[in-house]
Amino acid sequence: MSHNHAIDRRNLDWYIDKAVQVLVFIGGISAVVFIVGIFLFITKEGIGFLINTLDLQEFFGSPYWEPSDEDAPEYGILALMAGTASVTGLAMLIAIPFSLGSAIYVAEFATGKTREWLKILIELLAAIPSVVWGFIGLTIMNPLIIELFDVPVGLTVLNAGIILGLMAAPIMTSIAEDALKAVPDRYREAAEALGATRWQIIFKTVLPAAKNGLLGAVLLGVGRGFGETMAVLMATGHAVNIPGSVFDSVRALTATIAAELGETAVGSDHYQVLFTIGLFLFLITFLINLTADLIVRGIRNS
Amino acid sequence: MFAATELNRKNQRTEKLVRILFVLMAGLLILPVLIILTTLVYKGGGILSIDFLFTHPTNGMTEGGILPALLGTIWLVVVALLISVPLGIAAAIYLSEYAPDNWGTRLINLAIINLAGVPSIVHALFGLGAFVIFFEFGTSILAASLTLAIMTLPVVIVATRESLQAVPHAFREACWNMGATRWQTIRRVVLPNAISGILTGVILEVSRSAGETAPIMFTGAVFFSPFLPQGVMDQTMAMSLHLFVVSTQVPNVPEDLPYGVALVLIGMVLIMNSVSIAFRMHLRGKKKW
Repeated sequence: MSHNHAIDRRNLDWYIDKAVQVLVFIGGISAVVFIVGIFLFITKEGIGFLINTLDLQEFFGSPYWEPSDEDAPEYGILALMAGTASVTGLAMLIAIPFSLGSAIYVAEFATGKTREWLKILIELLAAIPSVVWGFIGLTIMNPLIIELFDVPVGLTVLNAGIILGLMAAPIMTSIAEDALKAVPDRYREAAEALGATRWQIIFKTVLPAAKNGLLGAVLLGVGRGFGETMAVLMATGHAVNIPGSVFDSVRALTATIAAELGETAVGSDHYQVLFTIGLFLFLITFLINLTADLIVRGIRNS
Repeated sequence: MFAATELNRKNQRTEKLVRILFVLMAGLLILPVLIILTTLVYKGGGILSIDFLFTHPTNGMTEGGILPALLGTIWLVVVALLISVPLGIAAAIYLSEYAPDNWGTRLINLAIINLAGVPSIVHALFGLGAFVIFFEFGTSILAASLTLAIMTLPVVIVATRESLQAVPHAFREACWNMGATRWQTIRRVVLPNAISGILTGVILEVSRSAGETAPIMFTGAVFFSPFLPQGVMDQTMAMSLHLFVVSTQVPNVPEDLPYGVALVLIGMVLIMNSVSIAFRMHLRGKKKW
């Protein structure tokens, strides 16, 4: 009797074990399901337009974006791409040296309490919501730029570029720091034994060894800047324009969707073209993330 | 002793210069945050009061408080947590305890990286197409929270996976040797030892979802609502969207009102993150292995 009971109990545990295995597996593949779902649903909402109406040459080649014109709507995203590219480019010009410099300082120079505090501050910097950054661009940076450079408008490539640079820097710093930390100490010791100074060790030994990880950090920063929405919506001026200088207002791809989706009727051409832009953004960021992952994984395996 | 050569002195000068340069870079990264926080407190601190937090906006949102936005954000975050925490923990348990090292697992990891990397506005498009239209939830807290949950899922997964993997393998082996099944081992040994790390991740997710704007804009959050949400099928106001609205969409807003909203929002987020960091440091000091 008690013998049978023991067997039953073991079987029950065995079944629970299998059931849990299935449950957590469902959790595991949910991420894949969601990514595929995102792709499918965005395609589904925009596909009719993509196939029937959209002229790809006009879409990518024309700087005219007038989707709400009733007689002759224009669907060119060239100016929007230029807006996104100029803001992201400027942001990277700012964020790359600062995040690299900070990462080198945190990983190679700072010790003890200083290091702890710097890391905490950088983490908190990364936590500031993008709408707050946009608000800062609008209320603090805007008058500052008008005053400093004596220009009529402060909501420009410069404004959004600085904001986006500050937003991307913390995440780039922590990934770059990880890459520097991953360089084995014996490299540094070997260089030091040869009489290299701290700077020579970093410049000639650590940086080349961490090259891939640093590249991964930059790529993730680019992805972040590319996809940022609220901050660029509020700080760029939101004017369709191919910028001639950093003092021009522009409009970004992401911001266009955020600003116009609310005004469009579900299923209309305008609605569908916004989903087509979304699909384009999805594919680009997918490629950027994939490349960054392959590069970072490359160093981990070697 | 060797006398310092010209080369030595030159090297030392470079060394000092480089050090100063890097300190400057780190400093310049931190400085703007301090300036921003000071400005927000200076300009928005005056409007903060119990009344501001607990009354409705009045007079076309140019006066009054932020109660519906504050409550709305709490609704959105709690519902999003109810969805993403169980799912995220299950995914992390699978990846840490079960997943074989094969292409399928690599695919899952790639999907997680991409969920975190896809632009927030693309998540918004997905939420609109899938939850609002296809599943017919309409613009509701449910649709917005689902969108938020999927977007912040990687935060929970990554934090949980890390804390599960930090539990030494010997703990599991000891438990298996006693005849425990895999699940018994996870439930009785691995999870209790990792629970605080998981909590850290959950707090981070709360902070992330409280600040997001784009994913909720078209899925459940509205510019203005005279009512407080009563259930998950209601629309609601939210702190992040409210900041966007009062700083760009409403005319004649007194200057300190958006600063006050920004201060409350950033305060919520930073307090949450600080708690998560403090928690993590406390844990690191307490680790027994």
